[in-house]
Amino acid sequence: MTDQKPFVDIRHAKKSYGTLEVLKDISLQVHRGEIVAIIGPSGSGKSTLLRAINDLDPLSGGEIWLEDTQVNMDLPHRQYEKHINEVRQNIGMVFQHFNLFPHLTVRENITLAPKLLKGINDAEANKLAEEQLAKVGMLERIDYYPSQLSGGQKQRVAIARALAMKPKVMLFDEATSALDPELVEEVNQVMKALAEEHMTMIIVTHEMGFAESVCDRVLFMDQGVVVEEGPPSVIFRNPQNERTRNFLRKHLADANK
Amino acid sequence: MDVELMLKVYPFFLKAAWVTIQLSVLTTILGLICGSLGAAARLSRLRILRIVGAAYVSFIRGTPALIQLFILYFGGPQVGIQLDAFEAGVIGLGVNIGAYMTETIRGAIIAIDKGQAEAARTLGMSRYQSMRYVILPQAARLMIRPLGVNINALIKGTALVAAISVIELTYTAQRYIGSTYKPFEMFFISGVLYMIIIYVTGRGIAWLDRRARIV
Repeated sequence: MTDQKPFVDIRHAKKSYGTLEVLKDISLQVHRGEIVAIIGPSGSGKSTLLRAINDLDPLSGGEIWLEDTQVNMDLPHRQYEKHINEVRQNIGMVFQHFNLFPHLTVRENITLAPKLLKGINDAEANKLAEEQLAKVGMLERIDYYPSQLSGGQKQRVAIARALAMKPKVMLFDEATSALDPELVEEVNQVMKALAEEHMTMIIVTHEMGFAESVCDRVLFMDQGVVVEEGPPSVIFRNPQNERTRNFLRKHLADANK
Repeated sequence: MDVELMLKVYPFFLKAAWVTIQLSVLTTILGLICGSLGAAARLSRLRILRIVGAAYVSFIRGTPALIQLFILYFGGPQVGIQLDAFEAGVIGLGVNIGAYMTETIRGAIIAIDKGQAEAARTLGMSRYQSMRYVILPQAARLMIRPLGVNINALIKGTALVAAISVIELTYTAQRYIGSTYKPFEMFFISGVLYMIIIYVTGRGIAWLDRRARIV
């Protein structure tokens, strides 16, 4: 694995807002088919790092590569726009608050971008929507509006929408944090199914159990640095760093409240 | 109240009401055009356009509409702009209400959750596509009611063009006062007709707003 070229390559990522350093020189290599979880307290920079991967939150320094393409290339505005729109089609993203388009049906939510960007016709688009919805178990809600769905259902549709672009990598930004506890599992199931298909995934999460059971590798971030990283068995069962131990202990205590 | 006189003159007021309606419709159209351009300028990525948009809004909102009309109608010929009273009325009022509509439209656009544009951009859509297919359809629904408020103000604002002698409802009332010496009756007829126009418009806006609601 180590001699293979990384699929997603984050090199010396730095980010600051004024004097506040949110990311302090972070490097991370993710290989094809690998599933990486990023955990850490709020304000640790984990979401910022995730959102830098598709340049939603541009870095102040460092490089992001997806295969042989640099994502955050320095280009004149017009060229950059063209470049980033192409790159982003390969990077699916799922948000904490779903961000479904409320004025469109579930079907239209899924077909909008493929129709605009891949030039497929209505029949192809419908087939695509049906396939992706079947995958997340939402086919019977295809003509509903987002407001008619539960949080878990919305998030499953949002995942289907991202998958419809046939991305090479999926980013999950606290995909289950806004859900009622009883709805978390249905979204986790969908993510597990993706994992079994060897989708490359980078997951920012507070669900330690999920991270432990699904991920190949776990990063613990705090105050803009990666404090510790390793296989879930080590990070969760036998963390080496004092800060990791404190975080997990505190998290466990909160979860049991 | 001299009802007999009112019954005698009201057909002339109906004709004047038709002028007020024409003024209102044309002003609304021009206002929406100026408002859309103004909002686009104010939300532009280019600083110079943002400055132009902001200058437009502050000039219009910072001076009386009557002064703006006078500049256009009386001052225009000095710089080679010859307009008849009706044209000056439409352009003056349209550009005026356009500044208020700029703020309405801009407000509706920035009220749409940032996550919507993020989701669109993340899927690979361009800034334009995200605006066109995701933001604007939602913002358009949000702006119907407040644009209705602008249109309500605009209809009442058409009374100002009486000052540059467009023969609409207010001017007509003044003219008949000159020959009848019955200001109460004459302004009363005009007032009732304004109210009817505004009531019907308001119902139209409410209907549009209901229809545009998302499930």
